[in-house]
Amino acid sequence: MAILIFYIIIFIAAFYLVKIASSFTKSQDDFTSLKTVTFGDESAVSPNRAASFISVIAVFAIWAAFTGSKLIPIHVPGPFIGELSFSYTAMNASGQTDDADVTITVYDVQTGDIPDKLDIEPGTGFALNDTDQIITYRSGLIKVQKNDVGGKDKGYKVIAVNGQEILPEQEIFVDNARIYMTRKGTLSVTPEKGWQMQPVWLPAPETVWSRLVKVGSEGYKNFTLLEHLGWSLIRVVVGFLAGAIIGIPLGYAMGLSGWFRGWFDPIVEFMRPVPPLALIPLVIIWFGIGEQGKIILLFLASLWIMTISARAGVSGVNIAKIHAAYSLGASKWQIMRLVIVPNSLPEIFTGARVSMGVCWGTVVAAELVAAQKGAGMMIINASKFQMTDLVIMGIVLIGVIGYAIDILMRISENYLVPWKGK
Amino acid sequence: MKGLSINNISMRFDLKNGSSVQALKDVSLDIDEGQIITVLGPSGCGKTTLLNIVAGFLAPTEGKVILNEHIVQGPGAERGMVFQQGALFEWMNVRSNVAFGPRMKGMSKAEQDEKVKHLLEIVGLADFEDKAVYELSGGMQQRVALARCLANDPDVILMDEPLGALDALTREKMQGLVLKLWKETGKTIILITHSVEEAVLLGERLLVLAPRPGRIHKEYKLPFAEMGVNVDLREVKKADGYTETRDEILSIIWEMEEEIMGRAEEN
Repeated sequence: MAILIFYIIIFIAAFYLVKIASSFTKSQDDFTSLKTVTFGDESAVSPNRAASFISVIAVFAIWAAFTGSKLIPIHVPGPFIGELSFSYTAMNASGQTDDADVTITVYDVQTGDIPDKLDIEPGTGFALNDTDQIITYRSGLIKVQKNDVGGKDKGYKVIAVNGQEILPEQEIFVDNARIYMTRKGTLSVTPEKGWQMQPVWLPAPETVWSRLVKVGSEGYKNFTLLEHLGWSLIRVVVGFLAGAIIGIPLGYAMGLSGWFRGWFDPIVEFMRPVPPLALIPLVIIWFGIGEQGKIILLFLASLWIMTISARAGVSGVNIAKIHAAYSLGASKWQIMRLVIVPNSLPEIFTGARVSMGVCWGTVVAAELVAAQKGAGMMIINASKFQMTDLVIMGIVLIGVIGYAIDILMRISENYLVPWKGK
Repeated sequence: MKGLSINNISMRFDLKNGSSVQALKDVSLDIDEGQIITVLGPSGCGKTTLLNIVAGFLAPTEGKVILNEHIVQGPGAERGMVFQQGALFEWMNVRSNVAFGPRMKGMSKAEQDEKVKHLLEIVGLADFEDKAVYELSGGMQQRVALARCLANDPDVILMDEPLGALDALTREKMQGLVLKLWKETGKTIILITHSVEEAVLLGERLLVLAPRPGRIHKEYKLPFAEMGVNVDLREVKKADGYTETRDEILSIIWEMEEEIMGRAEEN
């Protein structure tokens, strides 16, 4: 919640700051800036690059600020570390009261060693001073009665903390801690946790980076990082190619022959809406958890998409082109090779882009379920050991690779089918 | 006998709701080699159907088309087609588009190149060989389409509203080009159009088709095409009889359109 509010504040603040900053620089009189109607004119809306830049910075800044990263100087308050103390008042079986002090050392298990136990004066009276240690983000039961004279007697009880009365199942806030009395009358101390995320929920950016360096050089679970990612990619490429090799000719056949279309329409139309993830259990039953099963799953994921895009590519050919080719003396085979196939390429490329995206998502999911190696296996395994830094690193790498695949597809599309959309 | 002969063509097809449409009824026409014929008519009179039958894309239910003593039974290279738009191959450059027909015939690369160069000069696109067709304007694309059709050296050129999608100025220029090509190559041309002006200017013979069933309503023999070969088309429009002919045909088409509308309202 705090993070969301911070994000919105940064969003609004950045908007006004950039607006003020840009009002100082001279604006260009290009065509768009001379338009008076821009609201609703989509062509007048171009992404504000300053906003994109600040947006990326903001995500990292918030991430760093809420994880106590060393990368930036400003953080939201972290958990309390150091010594905190409070006093309690106890009443013994005979109705006398006495005060004693409790000193607690709160330490961070990530950075420091376990501190030594404090030497404290026991104090006077029947209630004696106590000391204990608590790890940050945890709470500890402080059994103050344990060393008190008569602390095990039936009538003994703690009646106040820092002079404030306390009853079982009530809480009191002292400096840097919350103190809660359990039903049995024991004090439970929770030191101030601050606003930062625990590393087990969200590690700092540099932790993720150092994990990347470490996994990159040492590997993880018998395979190097490149092998994990490479295997996922190989599965995707092999599965996608298999789907394309079968799917494209099938799509052509469906686009060119009524018998093929009639025969395969029910199958394709039925299989298309089935999410590939729903096939994982069946694929595991039939083919096991090895490479074969994964590639068949990815084959099925890309097959229908490629079939439908090839079919659409054939159906989309302008009949005038076919007529023109016939009246220029082309044979059926020449029309297939010189007109129908090139005409369907833009559609097939669109299908291939979608298909690669689906395959990449499916392979990660399949590896989450069962695999020896692969990007998905890496992160599900890491999550079992609460290695959140490795999980985040894996997710980022999966995202980067998925994005890279899409960019590659777009570049090759521009290169191979430059007439698309013209 | 040289030339194109259309003998008693009728075209009837059944609709899904059980009724049938008589698109053409008893259309007969003899065209000598080297004539240019324009075909006019209100929408739905079967102009395009007639052209598709001559091209061999449709088989008539009755009658036959004979070209140079051969019965037309399917599409063939001796009948070239020029379409309104979108019939060029975007994945090929201008050269490959124009050379498509010669390539199908197995002509050598050098001969193809020579032919392409020559034809592009004729249509006014010299040195455009390596341009992508999607980079050209609509008028230029139609010039490429004309060159592609001519490259195959067909006996008859069938044009299905080839200038329909062009702006008025480009259209006028292209009309001049069509006449020039007709005279220089001596091809038989059948040109379908929606524009009465274009039909009067370009047609040595002008056919007005009537709808439901599609049939030849009236034929004109006009001098303007012959004139236009040597004179600017704007001058031709000032020639004797041009305005009268145009207005007469316009009123015929108007009446037919009115009748169609009236029938539609009765229904």
